[in-house]
Order: sequence, then structure tokens, then C-alpha cells
Amino acid sequence: MKYQLEVSNITKSYGDLKANDNVSLSIKDSSIHALLGENGAGKSTLVKIIYGSLTPDSGEMKWANNNYNPKSPFQARENGIAMVFQHFSLFESLTVEDNIILGLDGIGLNENFSEQIIKYSKQYGLDINPQQVVGDLSVGARQRVEIIRCLMQNPKLLIMDEPTSVLTPQEVADLFVTLKKLAADGCAILYISHKLEEVREICSEATILRGGKLVQSCIPQEHSQKELAEMMIGKKLTELARNNITVGENIFSIDNLSRKSDDIYGVNLEKIALKMSKGSIVGIAGVAGNGQDELMELLIGEISSPKTTLIFNGQDIGLLNSHERRQLSMFFVPEERLGHGAVPDMSLDENMLLSRPDSTEMTSHDVIDWKKVATHSKKVIDTFDVQTPSSRMLAKSLSGGNLQKFMVGRELIQNPELLIVAQPTWGVDAGSANNIHQALIELADKGSAILIISQDLDEILSLCEQIHVLSEGKLSDAVDMKSNGLEKISQLMVGGKV
Amino acid sequence: MIRLIPRVENSTAMVLLSPLLALTLTALSAYLIFIFVLVDIPVSSVFFTLFVEPLIDSYYFSELLVKAAPLMIIGLGLSIGFRAGIWNIGAEGQYVMGGIAGSAVGLYFYNVEALWLLPLMTIAGILGGMFYAGIAAFLRIKYQVNEILVTLMLTYVAVLFLSAMLQGPLRNPSGFNFPESRIFHDSAMLPIIWEGTRLHIGLIVAIILSFVAWFGIKKHMFGMQIKISGSAPRAAKFAGFDDNKTVWYSLLISGGLAGLAGLFEAAGPAGQLTPGLPSFYGFTAIIVAFLARLHPVGVLFSALLIALSYVGGENVQIEYNLPSSITQIFQGMLLFYFLACDILIKYKVVFFKTKN
Repeated sequence: MKYQLEVSNITKSYGDLKANDNVSLSIKDSSIHALLGENGAGKSTLVKIIYGSLTPDSGEMKWANNNYNPKSPFQARENGIAMVFQHFSLFESLTVEDNIILGLDGIGLNENFSEQIIKYSKQYGLDINPQQVVGDLSVGARQRVEIIRCLMQNPKLLIMDEPTSVLTPQEVADLFVTLKKLAADGCAILYISHKLEEVREICSEATILRGGKLVQSCIPQEHSQKELAEMMIGKKLTELARNNITVGENIFSIDNLSRKSDDIYGVNLEKIALKMSKGSIVGIAGVAGNGQDELMELLIGEISSPKTTLIFNGQDIGLLNSHERRQLSMFFVPEERLGHGAVPDMSLDENMLLSRPDSTEMTSHDVIDWKKVATHSKKVIDTFDVQTPSSRMLAKSLSGGNLQKFMVGRELIQNPELLIVAQPTWGVDAGSANNIHQALIELADKGSAILIISQDLDEILSLCEQIHVLSEGKLSDAVDMKSNGLEKISQLMVGGKV
Repeated sequence: MIRLIPRVENSTAMVLLSPLLALTLTALSAYLIFIFVLVDIPVSSVFFTLFVEPLIDSYYFSELLVKAAPLMIIGLGLSIGFRAGIWNIGAEGQYVMGGIAGSAVGLYFYNVEALWLLPLMTIAGILGGMFYAGIAAFLRIKYQVNEILVTLMLTYVAVLFLSAMLQGPLRNPSGFNFPESRIFHDSAMLPIIWEGTRLHIGLIVAIILSFVAWFGIKKHMFGMQIKISGSAPRAAKFAGFDDNKTVWYSLLISGGLAGLAGLFEAAGPAGQLTPGLPSFYGFTAIIVAFLARLHPVGVLFSALLIALSYVGGENVQIEYNLPSSITQIFQGMLLFYFLACDILIKYKVVFFKTKN
């Protein structure tokens, strides 16, 4: 058996922290190889070493049986390694086409470039308009740009960091077809994901890391999803279940809410209507870029809504800003972590102050009590198991999943009467996702209402009693799940009617 | 070989050490320049006049403080605006407009001797600066006009407006047509706090303001608002801050403080409104704000340092007949080294032998 890439005994330390401790990994020719591990397990470090953006302290790598010591990602790309990052590296002010050109190191450029992009995008089922400006794209569409950019380099090894977190079941299926085709064509794939079902579906081998060390390499089909998750986190998982579904009186309603997008590529919202009761978990499913961002802005209060369209506990809240809405016990977790829900260059303590109802006493008359702030952020860090040396660390120094735990936790400790959360577990590993889901369920059991806007259909199906679908700016009625529910949802997601 | 390795955490030692390192490198470079430039004059005595004399001679020291006060006041305002990512480059213009507005009030009540006159002039000075910076705020919010261009270009308008005023309505009627105003009466002048020198109450005001600003930035949500708006505008919306208000606050505060400094200069050392009011303080204060890393108390120290270069530069000019650009060279090198040394906060230097 030939190996495309062999990594042996890699060690990499940051100060006292061993991010990779004697890690080995071998990727066979034309295989799809999974890299599994919790946040902070060392997956990113290992991948960065393979991709040339980090140099290991010790250990060696072989690329097609030759010694391989990339000094930069440029060298890695020259060798035929391409990567789709979890945090996208796209210039928001440039078009899709320009972004792809910039990522190609000048290889294979010609005048019909945008046709070439369209050709690739059709071939791999990744819908994209090359002339669109990336800043106007949803997260899902941005990821499609990243994937196409890599595929255009005809790589020998494609590294994919959490690629399916924002795709619909249909898109995931399409992507898998693409990946299988690539693998069959001789391109090995290193597939980083926390979705164990996917890993079991398409990966022929899996390497599991925990705390920087290799736990084991195995064939994923020989283990159950639960077993894989437990290998990853090193302890038992809790089963999710609602203890107490007592659906109470109406708490929040959206009525006839429309918004014309001020952006030509944006989505216009049309007559959105929704009713939520106390103690209920309501889900809005849908493909990224169908109005989720626009709706979330209105719900948070970043943009005000017309009178009588948003009613919370009998009060018209359309004109209130987000701070005023929080005073009424509405809390929000936006989809984008860095730069929206958290300020990258500020400490976790400072980030606590982004959502600060007066009841927390973190501020009084706008004067900040930093001791109280630190107590609250400590509580979030402890309760939600955020891996960080201290609450003074900058938000950007946390891994994506850890920051997500912090952001969800920050809102959950306020015991909101209504929590509106977009993509609660995007990029979060199985163990942490389990904790976040558990916390959401406990909150609803206590009688709070939760609105989840997510592209992760599994998440919505496992948590929500009432499911709507957002498609092209229109929100469906609650889907009757008693017969063929999943089929109806899939149909609604692609713009069909039930 | 030397290599820069990113640090896991910012180095607190380097936050304090890098300004000292920058200062040392500046002095070293100045030394090298002097060796080439100076003939017949020992470098050490030029160094003494440049860096030491202003600190040990009481007259020069008082002049140093006189120059530091407006730099502190303007630098404070700029440091607040810069935190919010609002680039008010035209503090010089707001300084001039504040000087004109405050002086106009003083000249209008030329015959009045009263305690309320100076406070009234001060308020007029602040409002003058606020109004002028407010133009940039209005244009940015209403028409998305870049505030850097507006504030910078309005500076030239302000300087011309000053000479128009001094040729016209504010000219001293018995001043032989010189473009200068009347000399202010005592009650329109700032109290002197060091007998026998020109050092006025502006220094104390600057120190008080710096602590007020420190409180506002560190302990009040206002500081969070400008910081968040500056580094992550979407997060500011998420937190419920009004971004238009941030633009208004940043420009009105920096403009108002520049105006205050302008009035203090007219009603202080000058004692009248003259064409010499624009003295580059508004631009130099940008260096002051950055040297202090936009820290309100740090501004006090960086203003003293820059003022030292002003006084020392004037002294070597007088004593050794050296060009006046010595001051600018010194200030430029200081800022350059300072920004360069800041890389040590985020990176550490590793020396290693190349394997071959």
C-alpha cells in the first residue's frame, strides 16, 4: 500500500503547552482520512504543520516517499496540498473570482477564468456567482468559494477543516460525491470533522487526537458513533432528553415582518410570521443565505422593525435596540463569532460587557465594576468548560469551539426568558456540542423559550418541537412532523411547497 | 541569524521597555547624525543643550511645561477618537477655530473686567473646536465622507480664516494695521501658576482632564463603546451601541479639546490673537497620542517628551546655529523607533546559528 503522506513523531510546543506530542499519521493514496479530536486536541496544529504554516520542533514528514519539510504554505501548495480553512481566508471587498485568482499563486490563469469557475462549480455542485462580492455572501456560500478555490488547484492532498457544518443535507451529499470522485481520481483527503456520522459514512480511516496526543488510528465503520465520540473526549456522553415539556402561554410573536435588503445580493424578507410559547424550543431550518442574517439582525435589534411586528410578553419591541431588548430578558447568540458576537482584540472579561443587562450589576449607571465582570466571566468559563488560561485572554486566542462555548454561555447564565441563537454548535466538537445542547434543553425545561436558527438539520431535529423552514426570505408554517416530516423539510429548504 | 517568533501572550515587560528602547535608539541615531553634521562643536555639548539643559534650567523647564500643556490637551482628545477608529487629523484647524472663537468673546467684552469672562471664553473656545470637528462628523454620518480628508483640509481653511479675522473684525484698531488683535486684559488672561514664568493653569487642567479621560475609558461604558466601535463595528451594534453617536462623541471630544488648547494658547502665553497661533501643536499631538499608545495618562508623559524636543531644539538652534528641523528629525525618529519597537510586544527575537 502506498502512502501519500506519512507524518512521524511530530512534537510542537508553545511555551509549556505541548500542542502536538509525538503524533504520527499516515494517509494512504486515494483515501479519505478523518482527523478527529476535541477543541484544543491539536488537530489545527498538526494540520498547520502539514500545510507549512508551522514548523515542528521535532519529527519528520514524508510526501510520496520523499522527505517533506514545507517552509511555507506556498511550498505546500507547490507540492499539491490544498486546504479549506474553518475560518475563511477571503477578502470581503473583492469578488469571488478575484478571491479565487489570489489563492492560486498565478497557476492556470486565463481570460475565461469566470467561465472556468462556473464549470468547476457545476461539476462539483457548488453553486456560486463569480462576480458577486464576497462580503455580501452568507457563511455557506463563502465556504463554497473556499472549496472551489482548492479544487481548482487539482491537489494531491486536500485538507478540509469542518467542511460540512454549514451545508444542507443535499449539499453535503453532493460534496461527498465530489470528495469520492476526487479520491477515486487519486487525490487523498484529510477530513477534519466533528460530525461522526459523516466520518463513518465517507472516511476509510480515522486518527483520533486528545490533548495533543494520539489516542488511536482506527477504521471508523468498526465503531459506533458514540464509541468514537467517547474516544475523542475520554469520557461518557450524556443522553439528550427533555424532562419537562409544558408548553405555556405565548411569549414572543413575529407578525408580518418584511424587510427590503439594502444590498443587491441580500435577501428580502417577506411577511415573516411565527409564534412561540414559553418552554418551547422552536427551530428555523434552511440553507445559508436564505435570509438568516437579515432576520437575525432584526431579531437582535441591530436594525429596528416596524411597529407591531415584534411582540415580546405583550410589549412592542420593534423599535428597541439590542441593549434595551436584553433588559426585558431577551438574549442573542449571533452566527459569526469573531467581530460580531465577540471582539477579537478584547479580553473575555471585556467581551462579557457586550451583553450586559443592568440586572447583572456588571455596570451601574454605565460605570463598570470590573470585579463583578471577572466573577461573571469566570462563571461562564467554569460552567461551560471553556479551555483558556484566564479570562484576560483575548477572544481571538481561543479556538473557534471554545469561543462558541463562551458566547453561548455568556447568554445562558443570564437565564433568558427568550434566547435566540444562530448556529449554536458550529465548529464545536461532539463533547462540547453535547454540553451546549444539554444546557439549552435545561433552559427550556425551566420555562424559557428558545429560537434556534441553524443549518444543521440534525441539531434542529433533535432539539426542536416546532420547526419552520426559511427559504428565499419566506418562512414556512410550522412543519407537521407526524408524517414524512423530513421529506417536507427537505422540499421546503429548496424552495418547494408542501 | 535572527528570527521573530510570535509570542503566545503579549509581553508586559516589553510594553514598558519598548518606549525606553525607542528613546535609546533615537539618542543613538541623533548622536551619529551629529558626528557627521557638526564641525568644531563637541557632540556632547550639543546633547547637553538638547536633552539636559531644558530639564535643569528653571526657565527652560517652565517653557517645556508651557509647550507640553496644549500637546497634552489635544493629545488626550485625539487618543479617544483614535481608539474609536475616527481619524481626526485636523486638530490643528480645530485648535485655531477654538482660539478664534474664544478670543472673539474676550475682545467683544474688551472693556469688561469680570470673573466670568475667562470661563465664558473657555466655553466659546471649546464650542469653536467642537463646531469645526462637528462638520466632519456631520459629513461622515450624512454623506459617508471620509473624516481624514475633511478635518485635514479644513485646517487650511481655519488658518486662512484666522488671517481674514486679523485683517478684519478682530484687528487691533490702534495697532498700525498689523494683523494682530488687541492685547487681552488681565481678566481675559489665564492665571499664572509659576511666578515669573509663562506657565499657566492649562497644565493643571490637562492633568485633571487626563484622569477624567482615564476614568471614562477604563471604568465607564463610554470607553468600551469607542473601543468596540473602533475594533469591531458589528459587535458594537450587537452590544446596542449607536455607531453615529460614536462618531459624534469622538469628533466633538477631540475637537472641543483642541479648541480649548487653542484658546489657552491665545489667552495664555500669547495674550492676544496673532497669526502665529497655528504652531503645529495639532499635528504634533498625533505623535503624542501614539507615543502614549492612546493611553490618557501616558499622554501626559509623551507630551513632556515631545515638548523637551521642542525646547531643546530651539536651544541648539540659538546656541549653535543649527537648523530648526533638528526638532522634526528628532520627533520623526522617535515615532519611527517607537512603532518599530512595538513589534517586540507581540514577537520575541530568537538568535540561532544556521546549520550547514
